[in-house]
Amino acid sequence: MAYKIVSSQCTGCSACEPECPNVAIREKNGTFVIDPAKCTECLGHFDEPQCVAVCPVDDTCVIDKAYPRYQAA
Amino acid sequence: MEPTAYVGVQEIKPLQQLLEKVAEHKGCGTSSGTSGGSGKSSCGSSAGPADMSPEVWEKVKNHPCYSEEAHHHYARMHVAVAPACNIQCNYCNRKYDCANESRPGVVSEKLTPEQASKKVLAVASAIPQMTVLGIAGPGDPLANPEKTFKTFELISKTAPDIKLCLSTNGLTLPDHVETIKSFNVDHVTITINMVDPEVGQHIYPWIYYQNKRWKGIDAARILSERQLLGLEMLTAAGILCKVNSVMIPGINDQHLVEVNRAVKSRGAFLHNIMPLISAPEHGTVFGLNGQRGPSAQELKALQDACEGEMNMMRHCRQCRADAVGLLGEDRSAEFTTEKIDAMEVEYDAATRQAYQELVEEQRQAKVAAKQAELAGLAGADSDIKLLIAVATKGEGKVNEHFGHASEFQVYELSTTGAKFVGHRRVDLYCQGGYGEEDTLPTVIRAINDCHAVFVAKIGGCPRDELKAAGIEPVDRYAYEFIEQSAIAYFRDYLAKVASGEIVHQDRGDADIRQGAYIAAA
Repeated sequence: MAYKIVSSQCTGCSACEPECPNVAIREKNGTFVIDPAKCTECLGHFDEPQCVAVCPVDDTCVIDKAYPRYQAA
Repeated sequence: MEPTAYVGVQEIKPLQQLLEKVAEHKGCGTSSGTSGGSGKSSCGSSAGPADMSPEVWEKVKNHPCYSEEAHHHYARMHVAVAPACNIQCNYCNRKYDCANESRPGVVSEKLTPEQASKKVLAVASAIPQMTVLGIAGPGDPLANPEKTFKTFELISKTAPDIKLCLSTNGLTLPDHVETIKSFNVDHVTITINMVDPEVGQHIYPWIYYQNKRWKGIDAARILSERQLLGLEMLTAAGILCKVNSVMIPGINDQHLVEVNRAVKSRGAFLHNIMPLISAPEHGTVFGLNGQRGPSAQELKALQDACEGEMNMMRHCRQCRADAVGLLGEDRSAEFTTEKIDAMEVEYDAATRQAYQELVEEQRQAKVAAKQAELAGLAGADSDIKLLIAVATKGEGKVNEHFGHASEFQVYELSTTGAKFVGHRRVDLYCQGGYGEEDTLPTVIRAINDCHAVFVAKIGGCPRDELKAAGIEPVDRYAYEFIEQSAIAYFRDYLAKVASGEIVHQDRGDADIRQGAYIAAA
């Protein structure tokens, strides 16, 4: 599965964008979005998903159940 | 809203003509504006704090955030290019952002480095006494190093006379000291609220460091180590460092004396202890938990306790991260991206220089006037100390009507002279020429520890209410220099006490205004 950003929660602070090892995050209309095709949940890179670890607003970067993990990876 | 009407001119006689010329030169209408640009005075050489080295004083004397005395005369601006942050503080809420409020972390719009650079040139052209450009968030400038340093690069190319500074939480500071040095940044502010992780764990819920979220005492330990290391590295590199601390009663209020010692021993040249802002409507952890901020006298007592150790900064306004203008005023609404885009900007260093020279003359006049008045106090012997509040809009003069003041500057009077000890923000008492019944009691609470309030003018009703509250309204020093007037007032006061005409009594405590600051537009 991939992560997604809840746009109503996102403050557009940009903290996540440079931390994503897959360059899966980009700005869109003032907030940020994750490209599910690129997201690997940081498996193989870090112990925890970087967008979740750095996001200052809780429950903003969440699992997107619409995407099975192996498709994303 | 029209972009041509953005240059405000204050009612400052000698400077007004020049400012009008500046405005004309830039093709801007001067309209009937207010604002800040103008008042300045004071000066360099003789007014330097005794405990600063001449080299340090030379660097800070025209910096509104560092020199209390300069903040009457020089302006600064912040550009909001750094929205990301790598730590969470319990006094900060990243989801909240309001244009009618003035506090750190609040901005109306984020800028790209290119937009920021153009904005700096536009503001510097319209406000010739703008000497300092700071990057202070709304997140952490060093959590956004590319945007921060790109902005510095663009500005140093086009406006090399503007001083650069940045404000950081210090977590990644050690990684950037070399870059900071290479950009010739001469001032850095680090926010250090604790040097003990036991205390820190109650202030910082988490930090993001080395690709991991750290919590509790580990987070506080890493943060503290990195802050102190960064401070040591900066001072070793010869870069001036100021330390900001937020005073949180019951959490770090006692501990800040220890913080003060720790940062001084590592070379910080100035310590700014600020009151916690924690209104519930801001939605911060502290605000929602009912954590209170300090009272005016609690803050002053802590600042006084630390003062023996080093210089204390007392004129901080806890500005927005996109503030523009003199401290205590906010002209950011005049310089929105939309308006800047519509402006033709021509940077004229020579006009700025000429203006700043005039400012210096006024500053020198103010210092001379104070010293002459102080001579009259020589030999007076008394233990009496009292506070006065002053309504001013700049230039170091008593030049604001009581009802128009959005803040009062507070001076402590003693036989050694008049010392600035802080400012008190209030809601405007009088808007559109009539007094608001409900706000007068809040004004009185904000200056309740003062014996007198100096004003350019005051109406009959507030005059009577102030008297009833034991605060003497004083309008006989209208449009004169603050310190000179304060010393004259104090001399009279001592004479009246000596003759038995009045009996000196201590006053009580005062409130620090917690709510939103409504810019006097």
